[in-house]
Amino acid sequence: MDADLSASAATDVTPPDSDPARKRRVHGMLKLYYGLNEEGKPDQPESLDPCDINGPHFDPEVFLNKLRKECSLTELMDQESCMVKQIRSLDSDMQTLVYENYNKFISATDTIRKMKNDFKKMEDEMDCLSTNMAAITEFSARISGTLQDQHTQITKLSGVHTLLRKLQFLFELPARLNKCLELQAYAQAVSSHRRARCVLQQYSHMPSFRGIQDDCHAIMDQLAQQLRQKFRDGGSSAKDLSECVELLLQLDEPAEELCDKFLSHAQSRLETDLLGLEAELREPVSVSGPKATVDPAGSSTSKAGEGPAGLTPSTSGTLLSPASRTDILEFIDRGCNEFVSSLCLVIASYQELFVNRPQEGDLACKNIPQMASGKLHSFVDTLAARYFTLVERRIQEEKGVGDNSLLVRALDRFHRRLQAVSKLLPGSAVPSQGTEIVVRAARERIRQYLSALQTFYLDSLTDVRQALAAPRLSVGGAGVAGGRGLLGGESSVKDASPSLPDLLVSLSASILNQIKSVLASVHLFTAKDITFSNKPYFKGEFCSEGVREGLVVSFVKFVCQSSRQFCESAGDRGGTTPPALLLLLSRLCLDYETSTISYILTLTDEQFLVQHHSPVTAVTALCSEAREAAQKLLNHYVKVQGLIISQMLRKSVETRDWVNTIEPRNVRAVMKRVVEDTTSIDVQVGLLYEEGVRKAHSSDSSKRTFSVYSSSRQQARYAPSYTPSAPMDTNLLSNIHKLFSERIDIFSPVEFNKVSVLTGIIKISLKTFLECVRLRTFGRYGLQQIQVDCHYLQMYLWRFVSDENLVHFLLDEIVGSAAHRCLDPAPMEQSVIEVICERG
Amino acid sequence: MEDDAPVIYGLEFQARALTAQTAETDAIRFLVGTQSLKFENQIHIIDFDDENNIINKTVLLHQAGEIWHIGGSPADKSILTTCYNKTSDCKVAACAAVWRMPAEWESGSHESPDDSSNNPQTLELLCHLDNTAHGNMACVLWEPMGDGKRLISLADNHVLLWDLQESSAEAVISSSATLEGKGQLKFTSGKWSPHHNCTQLATANDTAIRGWDLRTMSQIYCIENAHGQLVRDLDFNPNKQYYLASCGDDCKVKFWDVRNIGEPVKTLEEHSHWVWSVRYNHSHDQLVLTGSSDSRVILSNMVSISSEPFGHLVDEDDLSDTEDNNQEEKSKEPLQDSIIATYEEHEDSVYAVEWSSADPWLFASLSYDGRLVINRVPRALKYRILL
Repeated sequence: MDADLSASAATDVTPPDSDPARKRRVHGMLKLYYGLNEEGKPDQPESLDPCDINGPHFDPEVFLNKLRKECSLTELMDQESCMVKQIRSLDSDMQTLVYENYNKFISATDTIRKMKNDFKKMEDEMDCLSTNMAAITEFSARISGTLQDQHTQITKLSGVHTLLRKLQFLFELPARLNKCLELQAYAQAVSSHRRARCVLQQYSHMPSFRGIQDDCHAIMDQLAQQLRQKFRDGGSSAKDLSECVELLLQLDEPAEELCDKFLSHAQSRLETDLLGLEAELREPVSVSGPKATVDPAGSSTSKAGEGPAGLTPSTSGTLLSPASRTDILEFIDRGCNEFVSSLCLVIASYQELFVNRPQEGDLACKNIPQMASGKLHSFVDTLAARYFTLVERRIQEEKGVGDNSLLVRALDRFHRRLQAVSKLLPGSAVPSQGTEIVVRAARERIRQYLSALQTFYLDSLTDVRQALAAPRLSVGGAGVAGGRGLLGGESSVKDASPSLPDLLVSLSASILNQIKSVLASVHLFTAKDITFSNKPYFKGEFCSEGVREGLVVSFVKFVCQSSRQFCESAGDRGGTTPPALLLLLSRLCLDYETSTISYILTLTDEQFLVQHHSPVTAVTALCSEAREAAQKLLNHYVKVQGLIISQMLRKSVETRDWVNTIEPRNVRAVMKRVVEDTTSIDVQVGLLYEEGVRKAHSSDSSKRTFSVYSSSRQQARYAPSYTPSAPMDTNLLSNIHKLFSERIDIFSPVEFNKVSVLTGIIKISLKTFLECVRLRTFGRYGLQQIQVDCHYLQMYLWRFVSDENLVHFLLDEIVGSAAHRCLDPAPMEQSVIEVICERG
Repeated sequence: MEDDAPVIYGLEFQARALTAQTAETDAIRFLVGTQSLKFENQIHIIDFDDENNIINKTVLLHQAGEIWHIGGSPADKSILTTCYNKTSDCKVAACAAVWRMPAEWESGSHESPDDSSNNPQTLELLCHLDNTAHGNMACVLWEPMGDGKRLISLADNHVLLWDLQESSAEAVISSSATLEGKGQLKFTSGKWSPHHNCTQLATANDTAIRGWDLRTMSQIYCIENAHGQLVRDLDFNPNKQYYLASCGDDCKVKFWDVRNIGEPVKTLEEHSHWVWSVRYNHSHDQLVLTGSSDSRVILSNMVSISSEPFGHLVDEDDLSDTEDNNQEEKSKEPLQDSIIATYEEHEDSVYAVEWSSADPWLFASLSYDGRLVINRVPRALKYRILL
């Protein structure tokens, strides 16, 4: 019974006349109408299950069977009630839908009925309209039929009118052209002619037109003539010119000829610029030439004063400083403003005219741009070459090293302005040539700075030399205060002399300053705002090869070199170089070795950010060179000072008759001089060099002198000589002595300290004394005098040397040799010697 | 190839004068003159026995005074000259004389080595070179390779040319020249050139070197300031006629081409004190010997300015065994100017050096303390020069 119920329900749901497909369509339409979608449901085609009540393949038999088989009674009951509920809701839904549809259908029917009425009215109106239109058409056809004739006449008349106007233009053309010519309205003339040209050409077979054409030709020829004339005239401006050229081109003038003419005209104008520059270059030379010879100081000092540090006052005088005329910046400015800018203008207008012009008509096939740009290049190149030679000449005249910024600025402007050319004329070699000139100028500049530095160095040496020479006498007396008042007489003048350390400090400071200012000047070349500073040359080679090697290293080498020359040239005779200068230079070189060189080089490297592409001189190499120079100078100083003292000693020994001398009453004056000089040398060296180390000596060194020369020992030494039996013993004694003492190198290199220097000098002096004594023959008193002298030297010289035994030994040798060379060797009592020496 | 050790001989007295016995070409013989104011001065004849490395000496007395310079006759080996100081009570004068050695010294010396103490023989005076008019004698020079008849003496500022007559019994001044002018004009030393037919002489005074033409007795060149200080000695290159070596108080040895006297050809600066003596080797003029008061003797090899700048050219065929070949290869690289050796056997200033007249590879040096050292050129070098 359940099954019946549900079956009836199912038939209720399904419209009786519909097959499943139709039912589905209605269902779908309904859904569409209500905006429902099958979203909640699973996919349609899958519901093949006949038990799915909503599926398309629903089979009520199967469904019922299944329910009956599977469900219990209660479940069936539930199912049934549920289904009844669903059927009811579906029923009411259906009713609502049907009602709505009915309503709509009613209203639609009303609307249609209304439309039917309206259309009827409209149809009547349309019929009326069409009849009216037919009437209008008829009228219009009639009118146009009547007007046809007149219309064709009017058209013809207007054609004739145009033609007549054209003809009038043609007939008037010669007159008009003439008038244009008169008014110099060339452009108008040319455009008029161009307009007429084709027509005239076409109808040239008719005599009247031919006449016109001939007239026009004549006039145009005249015009072209005038244009050319104008072109040839120098006076017209570039703009006028370009206009001319344009017109001429339009007149079918040959382009090549025009190019040439244009260029030649431009050339003539540019050449006047160049000539102006050249005149400026040449004119003052003739003026300042004789002037420089007459008054070298006057003109130079004013220029030198402008320099940053008054560089080389003496040199710039000879260098023909261009103070009297325009400076280089002005010159370059003028060059840029006149020559370069008009060159640019020429290039620009030329390119406008010939190279970049829109190619039209038969001009295109002539390949004008290529030809034109070729001409332009060669034109620019030749002119630029001349300009460059002028500039280079001017740069070469720029020899005053005073103010570098002017030159750099000038070069910068020069270079910058050439960039314009390179922009206008991309392929041109001009900018690179310009860069080359700048590079050359920079190189030249470095060379000049080097030589300026060198002259400065030499000049300051001369100054030092003068400073040393002027109050030279007082240097000697300065330090003798330590001489126990024995020599106190002339030790008063102390303060007058400029002290060596001061000189050294001022010398090295001024050199350093000079180097710095030169570096600063040169540094301008690489400044950021200078256009050429980013060229590879200025980034690399200029810094390393040029500034570092060419300037700084060369200068240091020059200093060493010139120092060494002092040792060699002034050399043998003790020379013209004052010893103090040697000492000073030696200290200078030593300072260079210890600090200055590395300082300068570091400074340079930092300032110029030198990247070493090529191998550069190492700091150590330079330092060792400086040290070598210092060593050489100091050795030479020792040699020279030693020689001065040696000469005194030698003269004193050689010129005296030692056989017939009187009994010694005091120390010979020359020995006092020797001690004095040694003391002053000691002071001098002490001003610049450290003390140095001595071998430890006994606290009573001055006493020790007595023990060496104690009469007992001396007797013992010389005693064998008096006994004829054993002539060998003296030799043996002294030989044994020598065996145990070290060999003494007399002219040996010294160390960089005072003691070593003094030791060297004293060694040289005493050895000379020894050799001279050996060449003489002595009487009794001669020997005694030598004894006194040696004792005196002993008293004062030990304090200066590193090893006092050295002095003892040499003095022993001297007295020993004198004793050997003595005809009557009777030595003086030691006490007497002491008394004499104490007395002075 | 061990080099022989130097042979040292000690004199009792101080000594400055040394010469080779020029006329002797077989035995290696040197003459040394002593300086002593108190004792009889002596002339030591040093005979060097090369085979046994022994020295034989003979002492002759030179009673006239201390000897400053000595020279052996190139013709007669028994004749020699000395310059000596004659000291009277209050006067010292330098004189010169020609002496003959006694004939029998050679025979007696070998048996008793210490016969000098017994009864030394005395030199026989042939003649004085009378210098009363000309001042102190600095040195006496024999005509090189002459017949022993002509002498030059340098006395103060005079150059005196002597002729020895009647078997050297009398000396007559045949011509003379005098140096005049300002400054120090005393001659310190001189050398008679062996070239140009012995017509040239070089002298040294103060810092200048002068050349003289003996035919006219006039100066032919003058190297002013040849050395920074006193010029001590000169020597002519025996094989290159215009080359001259000089040394002096500036510690330098300089080589000159007298045709171009502006600059020395070469300068050596090896000594650390005055250089007193310079000598070219008689046969191999690249070997130059110098003695200095720094107590050193230096033997230098001045190949570049010698007469054999490239060494001997030897055919390679001459060399058979490999060792020689190796050596030859070595010697083919051109020799550089160099110091061959520095001899430090002396303790005192070396005032004289001299090559042997008999053995070109042997030389003697004399220091003030009376030490005579005989040395040889290192063998390696000797063979390099010879081969």
